[in-house]
Amino acid sequence: MPGLVVERLDPRFLTHALADLPRGVVVVTGTNGKTTTTKMLVAILREHGLTVFTNPTGSNFTRGVISAMLAEIPLSGRLRADLAVLELDEAHALKFAAEVRPTHSLLLNVARDQLDRFAEIDHTAGLLAELAEQTTVGVVLNLNDSFVSRIAGRVPDGVGVTYFGVDPSIADRLPELQEADVRFEDDFTPPEPTAADGLLKPHDERSFEVRFGAAERVGPMVLKQRGLAAMINATAATSTARMLLGTEFREVAGVAALERVEPPFGRGEIIDADGQPLELVLVKNPAGFTVALSTYGNTPVTTMIAINDNYADGRDVSWLYDVSFESLQGKGVGLTSGVRAYDMALRLQYDDVAVAQVEPDLDLALERFLTDYRDEPKRIFCTYTAMMALRRNLAARYGLANFGEEARL
Amino acid sequence: MTSQPNGKGQIKVVHIYPREMSIYGDLGNTRALASRLRWHGYQPLVHQHHPGNDFPTDAHLVLGGGGQDSGQARVESDLVHNAEVLRALAADGTPMLMICGMYQLFGNAFITIGGERLPGIGILDVTTQGNAKRMIGPVVLDTAYGDVVGYENHSGSTQLGPGQRPFGMVRSGMGNNGTDGTEGAVTGNVFGSYLHGPVLPANPAFADALIGLAVERALGEPFVPGRIDDAIADQARTRQVRRLVG
Repeated sequence: MPGLVVERLDPRFLTHALADLPRGVVVVTGTNGKTTTTKMLVAILREHGLTVFTNPTGSNFTRGVISAMLAEIPLSGRLRADLAVLELDEAHALKFAAEVRPTHSLLLNVARDQLDRFAEIDHTAGLLAELAEQTTVGVVLNLNDSFVSRIAGRVPDGVGVTYFGVDPSIADRLPELQEADVRFEDDFTPPEPTAADGLLKPHDERSFEVRFGAAERVGPMVLKQRGLAAMINATAATSTARMLLGTEFREVAGVAALERVEPPFGRGEIIDADGQPLELVLVKNPAGFTVALSTYGNTPVTTMIAINDNYADGRDVSWLYDVSFESLQGKGVGLTSGVRAYDMALRLQYDDVAVAQVEPDLDLALERFLTDYRDEPKRIFCTYTAMMALRRNLAARYGLANFGEEARL
Repeated sequence: MTSQPNGKGQIKVVHIYPREMSIYGDLGNTRALASRLRWHGYQPLVHQHHPGNDFPTDAHLVLGGGGQDSGQARVESDLVHNAEVLRALAADGTPMLMICGMYQLFGNAFITIGGERLPGIGILDVTTQGNAKRMIGPVVLDTAYGDVVGYENHSGSTQLGPGQRPFGMVRSGMGNNGTDGTEGAVTGNVFGSYLHGPVLPANPAFADALIGLAVERALGEPFVPGRIDDAIADQARTRQVRRLVG
């Protein structure tokens, strides 16, 4: 990997290349929604005429950032961009900040995810707080996630704080967005939102607006990606763009950009499979799987679930027991697959969800799923490496040229 | 799964600290026991015990899970407050399953990396030393209930006291401390283990052993199992065993 070589050659490479970008370096991190939110933020900024450097999806590590830069850096060693917007996971965001202090950071949420890597959710929250301390100009925080909103107390003097969150009128829908069971009622009271903070106000299942104070709103708009989670990501992106752009922010440009954003890699992409839609949904932790089930739950279709337990998937599958699958009882599940196909089937058995077939081999399972349910709309929930394997198969089968790679923007 | 009438009797399952001490899917143990009791024809009554509430002394089966350090801090005073009740229930033969963090708290003490000694409630004769390095990964054990599979994720290194029986011997993984081959601890009907997974759904023989003890305690008569098709659980377990120990 080219990134690895350069990182070894010159650990200061990042600093040199990213230093002096006129509008700074923005880091987007948190457990869920990084990819979608980064894509949305980049789209809004580009719609305002800025040249934005970003890292490609799925390579949200320092090395991925370097690999992406190598392609775009002229011999001068300086990146030709107004600013950089980088998606980094919690641990790598800090490593990155040790080399390049971000001017802005957007901290999305904290949820149980790959505890085999991060061990404890308190630890993850601590990493985000450290990143906020490293940020030099402005921090955007999730108002409703107490793990994140309390980080305001750790932001250095002189560094701005902006929030994004849900309008109080939909506070009852918060359980769809975050885990309640690991948040304790303690002495923390979230701050009162101001006119600088963006609040999500849905109109119906698809249409929503982002409100700033009593007077200003962005929207109404409809995203290509479905669900409340996508709407809150758009709210986070809008709030951050507004902080970055100040008075240059134009509502019309924000809406136009957000409405054009395609669902990223595995977040509800739809493939035409023999004339029927096939949706691919990446699931990687209890909060994400719960959000996915509630997003798609009101349109039940034939379902397959593929669970692998490689490092990138999370090696411990215990988390499947922190998700309720009862919404699948009505239609049942057509197939479970992946290395842990039987563990998934067992999990469903304990929620009284019927499973028609168990086939650990992903290619065989996909073949059967497409054949046995040929004339129906279909949906596959899958972990990361299972998704990669399924995408390769689907790309070959349906002649999707660049399917599986994010198109370069 | 075919449901049978729940006419064989009511079994009270107490899950202690489900909010604070169940971060790695250990709620699945409670779910599995409740479902299996129903499938066997008994009526489960699941009670959640939260810090500050009175502990139900009529428990037939007590379950606890793993949490983070902040979770342990939140339950400590309640656990000390209820230590006598729990010790009496244990001495009286009440089956209990304590996973990870609660396993450590059921021991004599947890000694932090800094040397601070945090006392446990001493039902199991084990002592745990905090480590910088975590023991993380899939596990296969040889136990009285056959092969048991699960997943461990702990920084504590646990030593068994003299004469303390382990729950099982490690076939793959680290176990109590990564050196002596033991995993978990058993005293009377009290079981401690590091295994998440969660451990009961994938290891129905062990789950049914706990149910049998709870039924005898609740009803004073032998456990009469129903017919449960465990083919999926057996596949999930034997595949893990094959992957990890060949």
